[in-house]
Amino acid sequence: MDLAALLIDWLPFLATGVLLTLGLVIAALGVGFIIGLPAAIGQVYGSRQVRAVINIYVWFFRGLPLLVLLFLFYFGIFPLLGLGGVSPFLVGAFVLGLHGGAYQAEIFRGALLSIGEGQMTAARSLGMSRTQAIRHVILPQALLIALPGWSNEYPTVLTDTSVCYAIGVTELLTRASVIVSTEYIAMPIYLVCAGIYLVLNYVGIKGLHMLEKRVSVPGFESGSD
Amino acid sequence: MTTDDTILRVEGLAKSFGTTEVLKEVSFTVRKGETKVFIGPSGTGKSTLLRCINQLIVPDAGRVYLHGEEVTHAGARINHYRAKIGMVFQNFNLFDHLTAIRNVEIALLKVKGMKEDEAREKALFELRRVGMEDRADHYPAQLSGGQAQRVSIARALAMDPDVMLFDEPTSALDPELTGEVLEVIRGLARAGMTMLIVTHEMRFALSIADELLFMEHGTILERGAPGDLATSPTFERTRQFTGRFADL
Repeated sequence: MDLAALLIDWLPFLATGVLLTLGLVIAALGVGFIIGLPAAIGQVYGSRQVRAVINIYVWFFRGLPLLVLLFLFYFGIFPLLGLGGVSPFLVGAFVLGLHGGAYQAEIFRGALLSIGEGQMTAARSLGMSRTQAIRHVILPQALLIALPGWSNEYPTVLTDTSVCYAIGVTELLTRASVIVSTEYIAMPIYLVCAGIYLVLNYVGIKGLHMLEKRVSVPGFESGSD
Repeated sequence: MTTDDTILRVEGLAKSFGTTEVLKEVSFTVRKGETKVFIGPSGTGKSTLLRCINQLIVPDAGRVYLHGEEVTHAGARINHYRAKIGMVFQNFNLFDHLTAIRNVEIALLKVKGMKEDEAREKALFELRRVGMEDRADHYPAQLSGGQAQRVSIARALAMDPDVMLFDEPTSALDPELTGEVLEVIRGLARAGMTMLIVTHEMRFALSIADELLFMEHGTILERGAPGDLATSPTFERTRQFTGRFADL
């Protein structure tokens, strides 16, 4: 049958879609980490004003559906700021990053709070400043504790990227739809698209599990208390 | 009372939590090489007293002087003073993500600004001193309670403190593990370390203390040489408390 030949023809087109999807994933996890970790530190250790600002951020980006956020930024906020020319991909990466950051802030906040008071007390008793204690004692432990929960963000974010279809980011799903509307065959193409998502999911999760094993410290193994 | 070899002076320390007065005007001085042991029923402010000395708990009133310099109201300089006041906790509070030797090293690197190899050498020396050299690369989760407490003593000693505060160092340990920790503390006393110890180990208290202080309801009810306090206390309450242990 000529489905195979058809797929081979479209392969470079789909592959570019995979790259854009992965780009969105990396942006979401990376930007999310860069925003989420400091946000969590601010929520746990910040002044009341800092906590209030971060709480509003987390509330906003967790409180709105991703699709609404994308529309709001792509059709509203970016054009209003005179940034209407920014590519859908960049807007998508930006929104996924802020969205992911809000969720990651909650993951890291939980991890920070799970660390016993005694760790800070001991660090301060040795003459460390609060900042040193957070940086050298609290944070490394919080990251170890947060890793399994953080890994769980990967499949969530990977599937979320497909919503960027709605603002015209030419990622995997968008390209699959282009093929469908060009070739008039829906099911096989969407099945291939689904298969690619599942493979990306599997590989990413495997990689993260390897990372968890690699950095594991006795007393912090996932699944142990 | 105040002589040249006074290391620590505590004047009128007071602390309340809500309406509960945990410490009421506690005062004493500590001479170089002296071991003071605080005994008394639970909840009488002994641990709070130790934590007020290094300002882990900020007292409501009173002053603490280390070598004549005021530690209370020290602002940012408090870190400088805390580095000279070693503290050992009931629950060890080892840094769980670091091996034994890294636990001892970290404050040397980050607070004292030592070089890596210098800190490693010092940490190994301190671990040897508490008999934990062979467990240097173990994580806290891989240590017994007694071993963990010995590492935490090494961590405090590595800072070369002027005085060591022990907050019930054996209360979280099985009876068969307390011995090894008490032996390390005895060794420090022999080496001339200045120490304040809060403990419920009466026999240990009697044998190691230069001065025994009986605390109740946030005050030092009675103090003196351990022999005197145990055999001929002034207060009936002290007799009741120490007498219980004499029977053991």
